[in-house]
Amino acid sequence: MFKSFLAGIFLGIVACAAVLNYVPVVDQYREVSMITVSQNGANIETFHINVPMDRIMIGAPGQGTPLPVGLEWPSDAELATIRAELFKIRNEKNAVIGVASRIAASDTLAGDVIEWVLHLPARGSVYVSMHVSPADGGYRFGDMRRGTREFGSLQGRVTERWVANTTGSEDAPAGRIELQTSLAAVRGEL
Amino acid sequence: MKYVISLLAGMFVGACAVLALLYYNPVTSRSTLSPLSVTDNELINLNYSAVAQDALVYTNDGESYMDPHPAKVLQLWEKPIRHTRALATVLTDGRNQVAGIGIKFSSDSELTNILNSSVLVNSVWHIYLPESGSLFIEQVENHWGYMREVVVPARWSSGDNWRGRWHGNITSGPGALGIANVVGGSGKFRGLEAGAVESLSARAYSVERGPVAMTGQLTIELSKEQTGPETE
Repeated sequence: MFKSFLAGIFLGIVACAAVLNYVPVVDQYREVSMITVSQNGANIETFHINVPMDRIMIGAPGQGTPLPVGLEWPSDAELATIRAELFKIRNEKNAVIGVASRIAASDTLAGDVIEWVLHLPARGSVYVSMHVSPADGGYRFGDMRRGTREFGSLQGRVTERWVANTTGSEDAPAGRIELQTSLAAVRGEL
Repeated sequence: MKYVISLLAGMFVGACAVLALLYYNPVTSRSTLSPLSVTDNELINLNYSAVAQDALVYTNDGESYMDPHPAKVLQLWEKPIRHTRALATVLTDGRNQVAGIGIKFSSDSELTNILNSSVLVNSVWHIYLPESGSLFIEQVENHWGYMREVVVPARWSSGDNWRGRWHGNITSGPGALGIANVVGGSGKFRGLEAGAVESLSARAYSVERGPVAMTGQLTIELSKEQTGPETE
């Protein structure tokens, strides 16, 4: 009986170590990436944000109705020119796949700044600086400054534009912010 | 039958021994010394409260131990973002003056492995400092020390809480020496590529509410040529 107890201890150690090592503690759910490839080889992916449903926060001074309700945006003069927003972002199948932040600010040193960070938990994050002046067709272009994990070896451009909803349906969003990434591998990092 | 019972009892003892060894393993003590403490370059220290109720906005899946704030904020309940938290907070400088706004996204990492004392979180900071510029910080955090020395003792406590003084670095990569990668986006930080370390200082923790008194600090290294105004 004592030998079976000792064998049990050994088995317990092995089984516990195996479970801790091989059973994943975290399993991030993945939606299928909806990527098309352009003629120059760049991966093109389109995300969108349904407004107002996917808006988590509008952080800006002097808002009549804060979002979310109860938000107390600081009244410090230093933050008077910052507008920070948080969103959920969706893929082309309208499934939520991540979260995003958009900061628009203006000051004497940095000038006008519009930036995005897209965070897709199962894939990585993208940091984008947008050109302040919109181009024809309501597009605003931007450059990806840094990607992490899946996006770490990529570089490219991002466009944003506002697409108003014209269906007239009561349940439909007022419109959507469309973000399109066009990213290619950095040379030598394929 | 008695052999089966003794085998099962042995397995239970063996499993407990592994867990105890992991928990009390002195080799995996927390990191308190920042790799940036020996740098000659200029450092920026940004502080924030790590208590959800002190944040501008904190949200998660709504079922975690930390309640979202404000209460009616949109929650991240959809499957792909269920293991993700979003925090928007005011950042203060070393003199406790408002320095800017920071937004942090953090997601549990699939590389988490208890056997390696790794409770990993992938996180990014999006920071804007008025009259300075914007920063993006990418890091892998390891919360093992915080879990082992604050969260677990709170759960074991009869009062379901923990009080004391705990300080540790949570940044464990992806850069060399376990530091975070920093990229500057605008202003005097434009073109900056540097390192950073995030640390937590906890004084009270409640099982019901999460951190009750806890601050976070971001230490960002600026290279000498990046501290002047933008010349573009």
